[in-house]
Amino acid sequence: MTGFSKEAVEKLSAVLNEPAWMREFRLQAWEVYEKTPMPTTKDEAWRRTDIRRLKLDEIGPALNGFDASGVDVPAYLGEQLTADKAGGVLVEVDGVVQHYELSDALKEQGVIFCDMHTAVREHEELVKKHFMTEAVKVTDGKFAALHGAFWRGGVFLYVPKNVKAAAPLHSALWSAHGKTFTHTLVVLEEGAEAIFIDEYASGQGDAPGLHNGVIELLVRDNASLTYAGLQDFGQNVWQFNHERARVGRDARLEWVTSMMGTRLTKAFQTVELDKPGAWARMSGVFFTTDRQHVDLDTQQNHNASDTVSDLLYKGALKGKSRSVWQGMIKVLPGSQRIDGFQANRNLMLDRTSRADSIPGLEIEADDVRCTHASTVGKLDEEEVFYLMSRGIPRHTAVQMVVQGFFDPIMARIPIEGVRERIFSRILEKLG
Amino acid sequence: MTVALEIKNLHVSVNDQPILKGVNLLIREGEIHALMGPNGSGKSTLAYTLAGHPAYEPTAGQVIFDGKDLLEMEADERSRAGLFLAFQYPVAVPGVTLAKFLRQAINSRRQAENPDDKGISIPEFRRLLKEKMAMLNIDPKFAGRYLNDGFSGGEKKRAEILQMATLEPKIAIMDETDSGLDIDALRIVAEGANRLHETNNMGVLVITHYQRILNYIKPDYVHIMLDGRIVESGGPELALQLEEKGYDWIRAKYGAAEEA
Ligand SMILES: Nc1ncnc2c1ncn2[C@@H]1O[C@H](COP(=O)(O)OP(=O)(O)OP(=O)(O)O)[C@@H](O)[C@H]1O
Ligand SMILES: [Mg+2]
Repeated sequence: MTGFSKEAVEKLSAVLNEPAWMREFRLQAWEVYEKTPMPTTKDEAWRRTDIRRLKLDEIGPALNGFDASGVDVPAYLGEQLTADKAGGVLVEVDGVVQHYELSDALKEQGVIFCDMHTAVREHEELVKKHFMTEAVKVTDGKFAALHGAFWRGGVFLYVPKNVKAAAPLHSALWSAHGKTFTHTLVVLEEGAEAIFIDEYASGQGDAPGLHNGVIELLVRDNASLTYAGLQDFGQNVWQFNHERARVGRDARLEWVTSMMGTRLTKAFQTVELDKPGAWARMSGVFFTTDRQHVDLDTQQNHNASDTVSDLLYKGALKGKSRSVWQGMIKVLPGSQRIDGFQANRNLMLDRTSRADSIPGLEIEADDVRCTHASTVGKLDEEEVFYLMSRGIPRHTAVQMVVQGFFDPIMARIPIEGVRERIFSRILEKLG
Repeated sequence: MTVALEIKNLHVSVNDQPILKGVNLLIREGEIHALMGPNGSGKSTLAYTLAGHPAYEPTAGQVIFDGKDLLEMEADERSRAGLFLAFQYPVAVPGVTLAKFLRQAINSRRQAENPDDKGISIPEFRRLLKEKMAMLNIDPKFAGRYLNDGFSGGEKKRAEILQMATLEPKIAIMDETDSGLDIDALRIVAEGANRLHETNNMGVLVITHYQRILNYIKPDYVHIMLDGRIVESGGPELALQLEEKGYDWIRAKYGAAEEA
């Protein structure tokens, strides 16, 4: 068993046969990691998430090469969810490619869609320019630094200027060994458009697992990105994610997040509205059961005038599970005509679950329309009774009320297959 | 055999507080009964208890519906057996459309009969819903709205009757369906109930404070509830008498005995 160390960084870089600059990048990230203290509940962002029981070095990095072709990946992963057949499909096992296809139409358009390691080798300049340079930085936190040093696998999507990707893209990352450090980097140049579904999942393992991921979404001026990140890891996995999008002038970002799995998730999700006309909508769904713990920090940063952000996160909780949502809308001084909305609504299906919902606004401008709402409610037995009084059995009635709870968020998700996938998982988890 | 709802010496408590104190009532298929009585006398408590609301706890007595022990049945079984309650205060279920709800209500009936039933087809359901909505003068747009969510008082009441017309119960309890309805809506709703009465031989228990609805849905029997009991029963003339004299004479006659 190997823990995290400088030697391990060097070994990983050698196993991956990386260019010197990436090796350097990793080593620098490792230095930052070493200098950054492990977060504790004394840190404001970590107040409600205690990770003392995480034994990071017992999990360790993913260093070994292996043959992914023999690993059984569940059929649902990478299955077509969009109405149009995906033009690019990438299936990885713990960062190693198992299946890859890219249509000629996309190739002809100059769309790059490949695993992150191929990107480092074959699109060096593009990766060098964008990889953890403007969205997520290794200095963003202990786990951003760990990721910078030990990232492995993930996906690179690049759409050139004024290109509307001819078909949706779809990647599915399956973890067989419980150690995943995936990196998603999306760059949409000016006026580009794409739809991208990014799935992460694993089976239920016994030993503690780790997902230490980074998602970077760069949406340049006039570009339009629909990004759906669907997470469904086993409940043995600790997840620490840093996710950040930058949205340019008159650009649009439709960002969907679904979180169903993990033992514990701590994710930072930030959207930066950098220039006038930037528009972003964040729609999040989670469903926790058993002893799952999900802690989401969302941030909507209005860095320019005439920007719009609209966040809605909805979660249901069962058993002894717990959720935390901490949201922040920041408006920089001098930005005017800002619309910023955030709402988090939680449905407690058991008395033993707990949801904390903490909205926040930091506004240093006047001409601003910002609202926030947060609710934690129980399953309404009056609603269940009303449905039952018309002959609907209790189980179905509860399903309908829960479905009703999620309906407003489903209505925001622009891809029917994604809605169906999320909804069928909700029903499964409801039991 | 005609279906009957037979309530015998029913006692019901809410939060351990006795509300119904020995109700006796027999309603047969095809009969129309009216139940009147002052505010808080226990009319809705009776209705909720019959529908199977978990907050209403029968402590004594019996209810036989269609030969079965009603109080032993879950709320959904009671509905599928042919009992319907049009609520005084219908509950909103945000996120569930009226159409989806009604379709599920129909399918739950079919699947209870035959677990392999695939459910009503969408075109067949659309046709059914369209017909019933037209009959009750309900804008077809309501099918796509969340159930009772933001419905006006009268719209909720009409939606209750739409459900009744779709589910075609054997015996229906209409708890103050008349309140909140404008004059035209009252007539339309009453016509809907009468049609079910005439074509399906539906039995009805109309709970009301006013004679007005009884001009349309003509009761065979009128009962007066006071403090958790039915104290007086008679024909339609009893309702007219109440309209004229109020409840004081009832209180004088039966309330005094209570105090003694
Ligand atoms: N769920 C409940 N919790 C507490 N008290 C209740 C509940 N339901 C009924 N009660 C009480 O029981 C009594 C009877 O109420 P009920 O609603 O049955 O009266 P009602 O005859 O329908 O009155 P109204 O004509 O005003 O509709 C009242 O005192 C009421 O406050
Ligand atoms: Mg009442």
